[in-house]
Formats: sequence, structure tokens, C-alpha cells
Amino acid sequence: MEQGLSQPLVAPSLSPAARRRQLREKVIAGLITLMAFTGIAALILIIIFVAKEALGLFLDAEARHEASLSKMFLAQDVPAGRPAFRWQPVSKVPKVSMIPLFVGTLKTTVVSMLVAVPLGVFGALFAAEFAPRRLRELLKPVIELLAGIPSVVLGFFALMVMSTVVKDVFHFDRPLNAMLAGLGLALAIVPVIFTVSEDALTAVPRSYREASLALGATPWETAWKVVLPAAAPGILAACVLGFGRAIGETMIVLMASGNADVISWSLGDSARSLSATIAAEMGEVVVGSPHYSLLFFIGVQLFLFTFVLNLMASTWTRRVVRKLTGGAA
Amino acid sequence: MKPGTRRAVGLVLTSLTALAAFLIVAVLVIILFNIAENGAAGVTWTFLSQPPADGMMGGGIFPAIFGTAALTLLMTVAVMPVGVLTAVYLHEYAPPNSLFARIVRVAVVNLAGVPSIVFGLFGLGFFILFVGQGMDRALGHEEMYWAQPGLLWAALTLAVLTLPVVIVSTEEALRAVPMDHRTASLALGATQSQTLARVVLPGALPGILTGAVLAISRGAGEVAPILFTGAAYFLPDLPTHLNSQFMHLGYHTYVMATQSPDVEATRPLLYSTVLVLLLLTFALNLVAVIIRTRTRRKAAGAH
Repeated sequence: MEQGLSQPLVAPSLSPAARRRQLREKVIAGLITLMAFTGIAALILIIIFVAKEALGLFLDAEARHEASLSKMFLAQDVPAGRPAFRWQPVSKVPKVSMIPLFVGTLKTTVVSMLVAVPLGVFGALFAAEFAPRRLRELLKPVIELLAGIPSVVLGFFALMVMSTVVKDVFHFDRPLNAMLAGLGLALAIVPVIFTVSEDALTAVPRSYREASLALGATPWETAWKVVLPAAAPGILAACVLGFGRAIGETMIVLMASGNADVISWSLGDSARSLSATIAAEMGEVVVGSPHYSLLFFIGVQLFLFTFVLNLMASTWTRRVVRKLTGGAA
Repeated sequence: MKPGTRRAVGLVLTSLTALAAFLIVAVLVIILFNIAENGAAGVTWTFLSQPPADGMMGGGIFPAIFGTAALTLLMTVAVMPVGVLTAVYLHEYAPPNSLFARIVRVAVVNLAGVPSIVFGLFGLGFFILFVGQGMDRALGHEEMYWAQPGLLWAALTLAVLTLPVVIVSTEEALRAVPMDHRTASLALGATQSQTLARVVLPGALPGILTGAVLAISRGAGEVAPILFTGAAYFLPDLPTHLNSQFMHLGYHTYVMATQSPDVEATRPLLYSTVLVLLLLTFALNLVAVIIRTRTRRKAAGAH
């Protein structure tokens, strides 16, 4: 402890050995604190170095001409006369509209959410409220196992097995389409939604359930009208987390969506997502070219989207705890 | 509502939730069964020990197994000290409710949500173009030596990606070490760092190992971050230096599934590769689960 200018009347008589030990403790604590800085540093470095490579878009005159913000986000007149949104950054006249990529990302993500949210939340409700203890203890590790499957394997499964089934069931022209990618994505985010929802549901105190049952409510009424609303912020957080995961997931969409830059709302058409575009095109790009900067710019957007979603999710998770403990924690 | 309707609604709702849970499990079983059924026959000793042949239409996957192992080993060496010490700071050293600790926690949570492809961009922009080029300039390499995709940069990129896994599970492990153990050690005159090294860390070791295994299984399966930081299509030779490119099971799967000239012909090989990758990640997850349950049982037995 620093005492400032005021000297203690009696100097603490520490032996040299004790003083050395004190110094060593301080050094160790300092080093550990320095290590803890790494987490923040990594996050800051990620945004700095992804943004830095995207900066070429705005600094370089040629890039500014080829890929201006208006070309990325507004309709451009094409020789055919109709305004168009195309993503063809390597054609003779590069077309860099990101609108098809947004549409593609949105399509696949929405499909995956429509499938994964009911499955995940209902599954969690079953595990937390209705399942016998034995079954529940079996269910959790099984779903953890699903979470452990690498996304490239899920992409492979979608491509090899699900594609023919989906094509036949929905009568699509193409085997690879937005629907297939969305269903593949759902496999990846169901475990996220299940786990976080289940945590939120089990965090609801026993007294809530007992009070409800004591008032004469049946178990399902208790689950539906008491436990579920009490855990609502946590379940919302689970969905937001799943949404962020679906936006950022790369390999499944890359392998199953067909990757064409079409704008249509049909789920049978191919789709090209933001993340899959980076993965597909970064390999052949010239470092420092406008196209290269564009791909990093997409990376910045992905980072910001998911960052905001994660902040929202963590706020809501905290809210559920505060609500259930009455503000004590 | 009449009692009869009430019961009926309840039954429907309960069965719906059960159906949802059942569907998730069914999908998992179908995936596993499909891959095991189609891949099992191809997993032979030759397949595991030979390099690919005939333009990836035949042969084995040894270089991919080796590359995956080398990559995850390097990643583990890089991530463990940083992750464990960060958790130690958060749980043992940070004053309660300190602003710095709160910021670190928020950073870690958000780091876990960053899309893996963005980690790939980060690896390219930071490790290869910034650090690599800087090293080449400093060491006076005429040609690109460090400023190119390679094993080291891919491993470090994955280390950043798995950092949150290690931090979160280590913190959980530290929380499981009873406070009495710390106070007893301090009361005997041990310093904080002695308590940490001889009491707290040994007590938390199983939990820390669980975190390591989970990080490894996560890192071994990730493909997006290594797409442009070091993985290669096909290399007849094993990586020999930290800057060599390498083959990888996940990347191999992606390339063979999407870019093979004859998917039907490579299908059996592809299935076997996927099976090996899946067995590897599941085996690691299983190890984590076993360590965790054994620790819990031990902790429960001690009280």
C-alpha cells in the first residue's frame, strides 16, 4: 500500500527475505493481470485488424470508384436498362452490390430460426419441466453431442443426404438452395437454443412452481403460465444467441446453399450469404485490391452484427437472474 | 376451462414438447448412423496411414490426420497458459466488482460470439500481414517466409478462437475449489501465489483439463478460420516447419465434398474421412465428460 508522503512512525521491520517475497507476489499478480488483458486485447485487435484491411475501400481512389458505398447498397443501372443488384466483384465491370448477400443471409437465417426456435425451446421445456430425471440426464449429454459435431460435418450431411430429400419433398429445381442451408444451420443452432433456454428454465426457483401448484394449477399450466414467462428474458437471449450463430456460421451455408447471388424470396433458389462469400472468395483475391477490401468490409459488418446481438443476449441473461433473485444479485 | 379440456390441453402440450426433444435426438441418431454406416468399411489401417493417391480419388488421409494433430497441439500450447491465467485473475486476483474484471468478462463473452470466419480474416490481417511481414522485415528475409499462411498462424488463430472456452471452464473449476482450502493455506503463512500454485490449481486441475479437452475438440473441427491462414488442398509431404502449410481433416472434407470432379467415386473415401473426424471430436468430448463426472463424484464424496 502506498502511504503517500506521510511516513509511518515506526517503519515496519520486514526482513529482506519477507520484502523479496512481497515483491515477488506483486510481480506475479502483475503478470496475471497482464494476461487477463489478453481477452480485451484480442477483441480490440480483431476489430482493428479486420477494419484496417477494409479501410482500403475508402482511402484508395480506384477502390472508391469501383466499390463506393452507393454501389454496395443502392440499385445500379445496368446496360439492360433496369436497375439491378448484382454481386460480381471479379467481372470486367465489377458489380459489388451487397443486397443479394443480405437477402441470402436473411433467408437462410430465418429458415433456421423457424425450425430451431420451436424445437430448442420446446425441447428445453420438456427437459426442464416434464421429463423424468433419468430421461433428462440422458437428454442433456445427447444434445451436447449434437453441439460437438463440427459444422463442416453438418454441411457435409446437408449436402450428401438432406439435399435429395429436401428437393423431393418441396419439389425444388435445384438440390442446393436456401431451404437446405437453413435446415443445415438449424442443426447447428438447436443445441445453443436448447442449452441456454434450459439453463433459464431451471433457474426459476422451486417456490414459483410450488406456489402455482398449491393454487390448483396443473403441471402444464405451471410450466406454460408461470415458469416460461419467468424465464422469458433468458429464452429470448437464447434465441438472439442462436440468431447470431446462424448469421456467422460459414461452412454449412458454403456447402449447402448453392452460392448464387440471386435476389428472390423463394426458398428453392440458391442463396449466397455474407460469411460464405468471404470463405469462397478470399482464397483467390489479390491482397490490397478493392475486392479484397470488400471482403474485409463484409467481415466488419458480421463482427458488428454479432457483437450487438451478443451484448443484447448477455443483458437479457443477466436480467433473468436479477428478476428471479429479486435484485439481490 | 372444464377439467376434461384442461387435461387434454395439458396432454397435447406435454406431448408436443416431448416430440420436440425426441426430434432433436432422432436427427442426431440419423446423422451418426448414416455416417457410421457409410464410412465404417473404409476406415482401414491403410486408409489411416497412407497419403491420398490418384488425385484424391484413392489412398488415405494420413497427412490430414497429422496436420490436424499438429495444429491442435500447437493451439493448445498457445491457448492454455493465457486462458488459465486469465481465469485465475478473474477468480483469484480481481477485486470483486472491479471495472476491469467486468470489462474482461464482457470481452470474453463477446469473443465467444464472433463468427469463426471473422477469426480467419483476423488471422490473415493480424498474424500473417502484420506480425508475419514485420518479422520478415526485422529478420531480413528477402522472400516471404513468415508473411504467408502456415501452421503457426493457423494455430494461433484457433487459439484466439478457443480462448473463451478455456477461460470459462477454468473459472468454473476455480469456483469449485472450496474457499476453506485457500484460507487454510493463507493462515499457515503461505503467500497468495504459493496458495495458488500448491492448493488452488491442483484442486482445479480436472476442471482445467476438461476445458483443455473441450477447446481441443472445438478447435479440431473448425474449418472457416484456417481456410486462408494455412490449410492446403493436397500436400504430399508432412509439414516440417512452423510456416509450412498443412492438410486438415475438416478442410479435406470440404474440398472433397464440393470440388471433387467425381463425387460418386470419392463418396466412400469422403464418408470415411468424416467418420474419422467425428470419432476424433467425440472421443475428446467424451474424455471431457468423463473427467467432469469423476470430479463431481469425488467432490460429492468429500462432503
